[in-house]
Amino acid sequence: MKFLTTNFVKCPIKGCQSSLDAFPLKYEECQLAQEEQEYNPEFLCHMLERLDWNAILKVAHDLGNDSLPPTKPEDLDPIMEDDQAILKDLHTLLLETQVVDGKMVCKNCQHIYYIKNSIPNFLLPPHLC
Amino acid sequence: MSRPEQIAPPEVFYNDTESYKYTSSTRVQHIQAKMTLRALELLNLDKDAPHFLLDLGCGSGLSGEILTEEGYNWIGMDISANMLATALDREVDGDLFLSDLGNGVPFRAGTFDAAISISAIQWLCNADTANVDPKKRLLTFFNTLYSSLRRGGKFVAQFYPMNDSQTESILGAAKIAGFGGGLIIDDPESKRHKKYYLVLTAGMSERNINLEGAEMDAPEIKKKINKKLRRKLETSKEFVNRKKETMRRRGKNVANDSKFSARKRRPRF
Repeated sequence: MKFLTTNFVKCPIKGCQSSLDAFPLKYEECQLAQEEQEYNPEFLCHMLERLDWNAILKVAHDLGNDSLPPTKPEDLDPIMEDDQAILKDLHTLLLETQVVDGKMVCKNCQHIYYIKNSIPNFLLPPHLC
Repeated sequence: MSRPEQIAPPEVFYNDTESYKYTSSTRVQHIQAKMTLRALELLNLDKDAPHFLLDLGCGSGLSGEILTEEGYNWIGMDISANMLATALDREVDGDLFLSDLGNGVPFRAGTFDAAISISAIQWLCNADTANVDPKKRLLTFFNTLYSSLRRGGKFVAQFYPMNDSQTESILGAAKIAGFGGGLIIDDPESKRHKKYYLVLTAGMSERNINLEGAEMDAPEIKKKINKKLRRKLETSKEFVNRKKETMRRRGKNVANDSKFSARKRRPRF
């Protein structure tokens, strides 16, 4: 699962739909891997506007990275030379960083979702459906 | 041809052998590719801008591969672990999720620009265990999908309905969730090549759905209303004659028609 995806996943359990704690999930005991991806600055800029930067900071903290800037980089241009360095960094962080194994915990209902072979398991037991 | 939905639940049906068979069949690959491209054509996304798509029931990533080829980033969801394992082996580009569509789409609001689904949502119409209600599952699915799409986001789903009531329940659930749109039927004359596409939009969008070549199915709808209306408007004589005709067709003994059939009796009788 790409780091980018962590910024969109929330707990699917009904009781957590309206809770603010259901997003982002808490990441524990995660193993990360770097996997090379095609660099696409247009897509990055497109996604940047809908990113929740606070959630990114929280998840990055869970995964052991505290070196991110506290505010979201804005007004980036995919063609401008000056912005390329930031975009390249974002690309490495968001798309090339993969969570291979680990646990995701919903902060509201404490349900644990396991990630195996970079596939998170969101199947719910019958009593939570 | 038997329908896989009636054999076993999806996570059981698509086991190792079945997902291998499914993915390695060139015929299935060809059909899936064709349907994915048709779904993308219906979505009518701006080719120059990047998009983030959701593939519901992605399976082994046959449709995802097309999405990657067309330059889209995507996330795939499927309930069959074996299918997803096959997808991992094939090294597809999108992120994969093991999840039941009927339990909802686990993404926050406004995540995706669009969503597609190829041959998947008919599985939602089946109750595989005693404690599930297909209607509820469809509603949860469409509700969470609606919220995970951006305003103006579009959803195209190809599916194989077993009968008209399945189509109706799917359309009904989509409507309740707030989607606008309807059903497009490709090749309606051919029984084998007929394909159903559910085409939905979440809110208004600047770019409409590509409906080129689609014909409105107005006459059929009119016919339906007519039939109901006709029943309401028919006289008692017409009613009796219709009933007699039906009984005759069923081989019952029916009195012959005459000028006295269904006539009102005089009050003095």
